[in-house]
Amino acid sequence: MNIGVGLPTTTPGADGGLVVEWAQRADAGPFSSLAVLDRFAYESLEPFTALAAAAGVTARVRLATMIAVAPLRPAALLAKEAASLHALSRGRLTLGLAIGARIEDYEAAGVEHRGRGRRFSEQLAYFRGRVDEERVGPSRQGIELLVGGASGPAFARMARYSDGYAHGGGPPRAFAGAAQRAEAAWRDFDRPGRPRLWGQGYFALGDTERGNAYLRDYYAFTGPFAERVVTANLTSPRAVRDFIRGYEEAGCDELVLFPTVSDAAELDRLAEALAG
Amino acid sequence: MNVTVVGGGPAGLYLAILLRKANPTVDVRVLERNAPDATFGWGVVFSEETLGALRDADLETYVAITDTFARWDRLEIRYRNRVLRSRGHSFSAIARRRLLEILQQRCRALGARLDFGHEIETVPTDADLVVAADGVNSVVRRASERDFGTKVEPEGCKYVWFGTPLVFDAFTFIFRETEYGLFHVHAYPFDDRTSTFIVECPESTWRAAGLDELDEEESLAFCERLFARDLEGRELLSNRSIWLSFPKVTNDTWHRARVVLMGDAAHTAHFSIGSGTKLAMEDAIALRDAFVRRAWDVDSALVDYELERQPVVERTQQAASESAAYFARVRSYTRLAPIQFAFNLLTRSGRISHASLAVRDPAFTRTLDSWLAATSARVAPPPAFAAFTLRGLELDNRIVARADEEAVSGAGLVLSGFVAVSPAGRITRETPTIEEWMPRMRPVLLQLSHAGPRGACLPRGLGADLPLPDGWELVAASPLAYGPFSAVPRELDVDGMAAVRDEFVTGARRATELGVDVLELDFGHGYLLASFISPLRNQRSDEYGSERLRFPLEVLDAVRRAWEGPLSVRLSITDWARGGLSIDDGVAVARVLVEHGCDVVHAVAGQTIHDDRPEYRRGFLTALSDRVRTEARIPILVGGHLTTLDDVSTIVGSGRADLCILDLPSADVEQEVAAAPDSPARQVAHT
Repeated sequence: MNIGVGLPTTTPGADGGLVVEWAQRADAGPFSSLAVLDRFAYESLEPFTALAAAAGVTARVRLATMIAVAPLRPAALLAKEAASLHALSRGRLTLGLAIGARIEDYEAAGVEHRGRGRRFSEQLAYFRGRVDEERVGPSRQGIELLVGGASGPAFARMARYSDGYAHGGGPPRAFAGAAQRAEAAWRDFDRPGRPRLWGQGYFALGDTERGNAYLRDYYAFTGPFAERVVTANLTSPRAVRDFIRGYEEAGCDELVLFPTVSDAAELDRLAEALAG
Repeated sequence: MNVTVVGGGPAGLYLAILLRKANPTVDVRVLERNAPDATFGWGVVFSEETLGALRDADLETYVAITDTFARWDRLEIRYRNRVLRSRGHSFSAIARRRLLEILQQRCRALGARLDFGHEIETVPTDADLVVAADGVNSVVRRASERDFGTKVEPEGCKYVWFGTPLVFDAFTFIFRETEYGLFHVHAYPFDDRTSTFIVECPESTWRAAGLDELDEEESLAFCERLFARDLEGRELLSNRSIWLSFPKVTNDTWHRARVVLMGDAAHTAHFSIGSGTKLAMEDAIALRDAFVRRAWDVDSALVDYELERQPVVERTQQAASESAAYFARVRSYTRLAPIQFAFNLLTRSGRISHASLAVRDPAFTRTLDSWLAATSARVAPPPAFAAFTLRGLELDNRIVARADEEAVSGAGLVLSGFVAVSPAGRITRETPTIEEWMPRMRPVLLQLSHAGPRGACLPRGLGADLPLPDGWELVAASPLAYGPFSAVPRELDVDGMAAVRDEFVTGARRATELGVDVLELDFGHGYLLASFISPLRNQRSDEYGSERLRFPLEVLDAVRRAWEGPLSVRLSITDWARGGLSIDDGVAVARVLVEHGCDVVHAVAGQTIHDDRPEYRRGFLTALSDRVRTEARIPILVGGHLTTLDDVSTIVGSGRADLCILDLPSADVEQEVAAAPDSPARQVAHT
């Protein structure tokens, strides 16, 4: 299993300086990917823009969206953005897409919330299928495409159009259950091989209270669920290692750990936890 | 800190005990609307596992409870003049009244205040924590059901809860067929004088028998007469015993501010798996643990409690719902042989498998295995390895492998994968046609198909239903594009249908030449023949629209005449979409297939339309397979992501399917390790 790290783009105080420094250090560290979240109606950096900045200062790590809320963007624009990022990073993009969980994002973006599932399917069909549409270059060939979501139709979309599954987070047992559903859907669509499986979690190894406060705020829209996310925040090296072991046993291919505090020292703490 | 517990049942009393014991400075008051000795229901059941948790939580109550326990490890199924026994199930039961006495006594000893005859109308506000342990109709929960996200839905059969002075010596299931339908009983002893005796039947049976119009006394007399033989002439005892529907209670969240739900107020689980009291008392333990862990901080303790309990309870509720649904349709299983009927009952909720029963009760699985292998030998292979005969074809075992699996040797049957009847019927340019296809392994099932509206696509390595930029003309029942950017197919006319039918017949003849073992016609997953069957895809105005099965049956009949071997039909049992085929429709189609000479149905589901609503998980097709096999009475081949031989043995042994597609995950048990240059192994190798 590979271990990736999140780029601080949604945590309070994340600015251009930190994003660039973080990306450089992650590229030099033990991480295989750098990933971003996507939140429209929130104090946060736009995912493709942030990854483009990271692409400019990195050479090795994969760059991933975990996930981008696809229906907020027109299909062709999304394809163009992703393809450009893939070209800028010299083929390092993993594009995770889903419909997201917040109606506020759709409202703020001025996009109809109803019918988002159907539109997302069309976007995926466009992204993967309309490769002959050469007016919208550069080439999308070789972009690793993941789909997230927890419903039956989400797993069907994943199996029909993508290369794998982007899990939304939770304990290893929840991931294992989702992985089985992903594999069941993959088989049902007669896809060769097996789906790539990406997981994610949060960590705060320094100022844990600050990290927890951010999660409480970020997940306030979920009501009582926010406290669950806070409880799951990995706040000790041992918790990080247990979490990694659990995901590895559940068959995860790439686990991305997202920071909850805008502090570059968190990267070192995470690297130490991995080494220990 | 002061805690008000509303409800003096097992959940509330046990929590009072555990809180007082953990921290004597916590003031605990229990409000109970009834008198101390008023109780409803007869006995309650515990498993060994629950007992262990109770022992660790409070030894005194554990000792008092187990002193008065009725224990047994046998389960008895009375079915069609047979009695089937299974051992190793380790259950205990206690009179509910006795359990409450013990808990009340222990509460008093620990200084919890018990306030009987105290009925509340509003949620108490004078406490640091209010615990809603006031049961399925919880007053506290009802005050804020919107906040809790409460759902209450009836599930399963009509039931009535009696006692009887007959002491059963096992957990006993009794099935009794009547002119009105099937009645069944769950009976178990709970002390040395009395047993619980629950009678159940589907609502239609209940009405047919006129039970909806009988009063308490009359319906008791009805049940006494119906089960006179099993009651050995003893009477049934009533305790407000009236017919009820079981309410399944779920809540999105179990706490709100300083109010927390537990036991039946938070969740119910159908009584047929006997887990209600167990869950309630485990809730109390978890809540106590959360308070201790969180140093009596109410907010974080309630989050902890809910986090820990919700997933556990959800799994139990899922199993309970499957058990309730099983008993609601149990009559359809009464054609099963007694030993298989019994195994099907034991495995109904997915908590017991063939392998786990083989540990508890090897004699039982051995009997089942011998029966399934149709042998009188005392040693038989487990169901996955039982031979199977399909229209004269002998298969070594029940395991079916996909041809793309790296290693499929050992499987009873190998699937060819999609083979097109013609170039126009291919899915992708790479799809083999019957002209080119050669069997690689034997015995082989040839899936003969025509992609119809799902044709002319890019390779499945990229994805499914991605149209080729320069594809070929598509055909279908009606001119409806399959997915985004898919071409609109041409509506097949009568000549076109005749041509396709002839292609299938030619394919069948070719299959005979190639020595194919099983031929399969593909009526599934939205391909050409499936497009005729579903009302969502067939909007024709001719007789092929008014009789949607007409063209697929013409193909089936023509192929049946040309092919003498075993014939399978791959069928989407349901469209998983509004306005599409329901499971009942799928069963009806399967019945017609049987009449037209189909030997086995390969059960799949969905993909009829692009935007369906599938439910994926391990074994997601098993319930559909079970319905079709039981109701259409035809052998079933099923997949649905079965990953272990135990899955196969459990499904085949319980009669839910006959052949199972096994998706083996890659094994990483054994790995080659390069020997170090100076290792002894290396030196030995050199000498």
